Amino acid sequence: MRKAFVLIASLFVSSTAIADLTVEITQGGVKQRPIAVVPFGWSGQGAEPPLDVASVIAADLKRSGRFDPMAEDGMLQKPTVGADLDFDDWSILKVEAVVIGRIEQTGANAYNVQFQLFDPFRREQLVGYRMPASKGTMRRVAHRLADMIYEELTGIKGVFATKVTYVTADRVGDDTTYRLVVADFDGENETVIMESTDPIMSPAWSPDSRRIAYVSFEDQRSSIFVQTLRSGNRIKVSSRPGINGAPSFSPDGRQLVITQGGVDGNLDIYILDLVSRQTRRLTDHRAIDTEGTWSPDGRYIYFTSDRSGGPQVYRVAVNGGTPERVTFEGSYNARPRLSPDGNKLAVVHNDRGNFRIAVMDLRSKDLLVLSAGAQDESPSFAPNSDTLIYATRQRRNGVLETVSADGLIRQRLASRQGDVREPVWSPFERF
Amino acid sequence: MFESRSGLRLSASDSALRNSCKILEIVHKTLVLNTNLLKVFDMKLIKATAALSLLALAACGGNTIPDPEPDGTVYGSDSGSDVDTSGTGDDGMSGGGFIGDDSAGMSGELTNVIYFEFDSSEVSADSTDVVLRHAIQLAENQRLTVRLEGHADERGSREYNIGLGERRAQAVRQILLLQGATPAQISTVSFGEERPADFGSDESAYALNRRVVFTYTN
Repeated sequence: MRKAFVLIASLFVSSTAIADLTVEITQGGVKQRPIAVVPFGWSGQGAEPPLDVASVIAADLKRSGRFDPMAEDGMLQKPTVGADLDFDDWSILKVEAVVIGRIEQTGANAYNVQFQLFDPFRREQLVGYRMPASKGTMRRVAHRLADMIYEELTGIKGVFATKVTYVTADRVGDDTTYRLVVADFDGENETVIMESTDPIMSPAWSPDSRRIAYVSFEDQRSSIFVQTLRSGNRIKVSSRPGINGAPSFSPDGRQLVITQGGVDGNLDIYILDLVSRQTRRLTDHRAIDTEGTWSPDGRYIYFTSDRSGGPQVYRVAVNGGTPERVTFEGSYNARPRLSPDGNKLAVVHNDRGNFRIAVMDLRSKDLLVLSAGAQDESPSFAPNSDTLIYATRQRRNGVLETVSADGLIRQRLASRQGDVREPVWSPFERF
Repeated sequence: MFESRSGLRLSASDSALRNSCKILEIVHKTLVLNTNLLKVFDMKLIKATAALSLLALAACGGNTIPDPEPDGTVYGSDSGSDVDTSGTGDDGMSGGGFIGDDSAGMSGELTNVIYFEFDSSEVSADSTDVVLRHAIQLAENQRLTVRLEGHADERGSREYNIGLGERRAQAVRQILLLQGATPAQISTVSFGEERPADFGSDESAYALNRRVVFTYTN
């Protein structure tokens, strides 16, 4: 009997960059608005600040697919305070918005980062803000500033300070090493939180972003674990004979919706209370019922069932009742995920033989295919409901892509190596 | 019931008898397969009928099921030494004992893996032979335990594929149980698309990945 090797690393203690994600835009369907992020001024010890904050902000805005930050060498001036800004220098470049700022050292490991956003045509400041930072938090602060700039210019909340979790599989000979990874959305700070020679599947964030539930096949059987990121501690919460799979947290974080199969392998949806550890059966059907997920209002469980023949999405009230079918278009709609605003449903959809990500408007029932691959899977909404992340194939490896919910902006998050799958976008961070 | 088999064994030299045995075998397999396909039917009735047909089949001797080894001994007899336990307790990829030649299933070696059509958990007629031989092995040696590892190809969503793999493992489990293996001897696990036998992304790879692997754990 081979001994399963399982390693749990705790976040903030161990950080192993395995395959940093870098971004390439594969499709831009909207005009990218010209914008300038001027290098930030610096006053403190040494020649340079701990982080090039302006570059982080510019990269975030470019990554959104909605902005085209200009190169530094094209700038006619590089002001760091509002009084030095010459609106004419920027309006002649047809730049729609200018970001300036500066970093001041206020202690051994204490800084103030401040920025101002200007509209050179209306000749006014749109927003300005100052945030304290340390060396360790400066990148996060830069993402927060980018979020504020993005929201001011688009009316959509930015997601640059969010995280993503995903599973990687690295094969050497006959052995595959599976890793559960948490990273900043821009691919920085990639941290392995669990590693095993047996498959890891179906990660799910808790609503407070502090825990991740997942399925592990260590000991050649499936079990559901809930792991606390900061400590690395984990609890086995479901390990019945047969299948234990597809965990997803309730909006209050106290329950999981899971799939259990039992000895006879009849997959049904169950609600697992994480405090009492009691399970309550929600569906009872000979078909495969799996991939349950909560509606954001906490009232319904959406799930995949092939009770009609092929897989389709159904929903059932959390307190029980008769499931009702939700998807009707096409022969295959699986792995439902609801947008956090509750308006849209993302699925894996069979589009003329290709498995692609599609989004259904829950009011109009219109289905829009968003991706263009043949084996796309695991859609997950950003917390602003505006963008989705999913896995696609690049030759034999899984890679991650994002797409705007209107399908206009799609981009690939290229990884240097390995097979990346099952990305899940974190909720907004709570302060 | 199974102990009585040897006592009922007849000579199968008579060709008429052999033919009727062949018919019985088909009837029996049909019953077993239908049990998987038409799960809504009264299981007890089907089990009873299937058991009867098996009993009658047993009377036909080793010339029908299982297929005899060249020397005429029934595979999986009480000697217990025929069980392929290579890689037991392993991940099923190394313990699978893959046999590429279709005819191999009919020879002495008992393969540990059977394959399925796309989006199907129906055990094919050829594979039913393999499953029946495993069933007899288990029924005759109650100390044996087997883990049925269900797999799916990579198309579609991962957790749904876990369901498809489990459905395949359960289809095999039902046959084993009908043939006298006990629930305690069998466990199932579905790896869905997580452990492909072939890492390619074409139909030939998919066909190798839609499978159930028998892994003997004791």
